[in-house]
Amino acid sequence: MTGSVTVVWALARKDLLLEFRNRDVVVAIAAFSALVLAIFTFAVDLSDQNARVIGPGVLWAGIAFAGVLGLNRAVATEVEQGGMDALMLTPVSRDLVFMGKALGNFIFLALAQLAVLPLFAVLFNLVVFRWEMLVICILATTGFSSVGTLFAATSVKTRAREIMLPMLFLPVTAPLLIAAVEATASVAIEESWSDMAQWLQLAAAFDVVFVVVAALAFQYVLEE
Amino acid sequence: MHTLSQTEPTGRHNPFMKSISLLRDWNWLLALSVVLTALTLYMAFVWAPTEANQGAIQRSIYIHVPVAWVSMMAMVALAVFSIIYLRTGRARWDRLSAATAETGLVFGALMLLTGVIWARPVWGVWWTGEAKLTTALILFFIYVAYLMFRTYFPPGAQRQRLAAVIALIGAIDTPIIYWAANLWAEAHPPVIIGPARDTESAVGPEIGITMLVGAVSFFVLFLYIVVQRYRTRCAEDEVMELNRHVGATQAAGA
Repeated sequence: MTGSVTVVWALARKDLLLEFRNRDVVVAIAAFSALVLAIFTFAVDLSDQNARVIGPGVLWAGIAFAGVLGLNRAVATEVEQGGMDALMLTPVSRDLVFMGKALGNFIFLALAQLAVLPLFAVLFNLVVFRWEMLVICILATTGFSSVGTLFAATSVKTRAREIMLPMLFLPVTAPLLIAAVEATASVAIEESWSDMAQWLQLAAAFDVVFVVVAALAFQYVLEE
Repeated sequence: MHTLSQTEPTGRHNPFMKSISLLRDWNWLLALSVVLTALTLYMAFVWAPTEANQGAIQRSIYIHVPVAWVSMMAMVALAVFSIIYLRTGRARWDRLSAATAETGLVFGALMLLTGVIWARPVWGVWWTGEAKLTTALILFFIYVAYLMFRTYFPPGAQRQRLAAVIALIGAIDTPIIYWAANLWAEAHPPVIIGPARDTESAVGPEIGITMLVGAVSFFVLFLYIVVQRYRTRCAEDEVMELNRHVGATQAAGA
């Protein structure tokens, strides 16, 4: 058990170190989702009532789209420079390789959200800094990073991978997007835990199913 | 006749002739489909009475519901074939999966199209956030992604495996999508302002029977298209294999 944790952390640490040196992924995700938020401040009318209705959807759609771009970048670098082949040579099981990559991507997405959420609060005049929001972000990011890691590795060898990843990722994560948007809307009108319980349950169920499924399916992606 | 068979003694063994005769073998399915389609059209437009609440537009349900059933069944079949492929690794299950997905996508598109046409006069809106609609739309896009992946990924065993994985993920996702869409529809009650808003139509025996005949008819059509598509794929793979062989022989000769 401790061995597995060491392996997963070693793999994630490698990605974080790489990211710390070039800052490709986190900056790309944060900048793009910030841009989506900024565009929507003038693309739609954000009077008080509108912001509550539209804001959560814009936030999570922005994060999902930006996340796709970032994940594409993260995996493409790995494959182009032969990192994936090297990972396959390491004597650890495939699901641990998956967990390591997914943990790295989780941290990238989480860091980008840390930058984007204050901007969202300012631009849309909505309350987001509450414990509920932290739980929503963790649940959404877990699902996004596990499905995203699997599909980014799946689509990396396709022609037109920039379009292939979102085509796979967005429909499959639709339930998670719905849950995150609805729960965030609850937070924005300052409802309590029990009002958003069903959305959190849905997101948690999605995460449990897809962390397991993606970890099991990852071996098929690595196999040549 | 006799001389002809003597001039072409290898006719039966010629792969082209063989495939022609196989093609002929499946024509009974096409004939059955034609008969059933004619029967469905007759029942839908002549035999079944006009429904009281919705009027003539209700007759489009005899197309919409069977097509929707078949497209859902195709999704289940796709998942089953993909599991069998992952367990056995035989290319025929992959070809069958591809044929099922392609045909299923066409039926899915027909389902959405006929549904939209029906909803406008009956619900007063083309589209609404109803749970089944949302689920069907998301599943349609998963079908599209599956087929796009098959087109974009370089051919070979890895493509077959990954395509099967994508199909399985779509199948596993289906109940979660429906759950999410249901919760969403509860939180945002769908807009329905047409004649069907408060009166639930009474389903007479004619309506049910016509729908069932329609379902059988579209299922036979589906089966026929899948069989033909499967056979085309076999031929395509064979041509690719032969091309590779020719290429290798030429390279060896040069």
